Amino acid sequence: MLQKGDTAPDFTLSATPEKMVHLKDLRGKNVILAFYPADWSPVCSDQMALYNEMLHYFDKYNAILLGISVDGAWCHAAFASARQIHFDLLSDFEPKGAVAKLYGVYEEKRGLSQRALFVIDANGIIQWSYLSPVNENPGADGILAALENLKTN
Amino acid sequence: MPTLIPPINALDHIIGAPDATIEVVEYGDFQCPYCREAFFVVKQLQERFADKLRFVFRNFPLSEAHEFAMDAALAAEAAAKQNRFWEMHDAIYNRQPELNEAFLLRLAADFDLDLRKFADDMESPALLSRVEADFESGVRSGVNGTPTFYLDGKRYNGDYRVLSSFLDS
Repeated sequence: MLQKGDTAPDFTLSATPEKMVHLKDLRGKNVILAFYPADWSPVCSDQMALYNEMLHYFDKYNAILLGISVDGAWCHAAFASARQIHFDLLSDFEPKGAVAKLYGVYEEKRGLSQRALFVIDANGIIQWSYLSPVNENPGADGILAALENLKTN
Repeated sequence: MPTLIPPINALDHIIGAPDATIEVVEYGDFQCPYCREAFFVVKQLQERFADKLRFVFRNFPLSEAHEFAMDAALAAEAAAKQNRFWEMHDAIYNRQPELNEAFLLRLAADFDLDLRKFADDMESPALLSRVEADFESGVRSGVNGTPTFYLDGKRYNGDYRVLSSFLDS
């Protein structure tokens, strides 16, 4: 798993069937990557519901949140619409888990991403990362603390 | 283990004896059905531990998931401005299935609140900031869903339905 100080590997993934997100285009902003195993599973849903409430707090730190799982774009679209999710959920779908592998958080056995968080600064450097036990909702305290640190440094 | 940030302070809504030996803090959402269940659990705790227990409620409205959660939090805070926080808190949980904007106004009328002041307070940016400050403190304290409880400042990770027996031990 990539750690603080590593350069965040670039990627381009689809956020919706029509929209692509290119990490490099987000330079100048802090980026929070939230890798999670799957849409619809209970813990992920709680986690994403919490983050959904937090977008304007993240905004105060000039930060954009991106969710990433191996689910397809249509699955993400249905999930986002059912839960009224207002941030992009990226599809690490083909080749499956390629981005999760780049960040060192792919779990081969189950064919899913682990539950992991990265805070990337405006220059594309990872400033904080966290691997959560798979059945545990990691909350957002670590993310906020990391963003706070970026602000003061 | 996540801890309560900030600790209980003068801005909090606190019920119970100041010299209580058990301090229970809840981050809750007024429209969350699990919080309603937990409300009745807390009532039992309060009966059972009486003067030994002090209870604090902080707002954690999941307003994207629950349409009236933010309005209900603001209504409770507006009632607090007229010293009726706990009456509003209890009434909303007791009658949660009826929750909507008109219901909150009816409760305010039932409590003989100054309705103009209540309406003004519900719209005031200061009250909104207060609720948001509660929410942000919850996130910093490691709240990851509702309800989340803190016992003597430490997050309680167990099932809230067995809080009573946990406090025994």
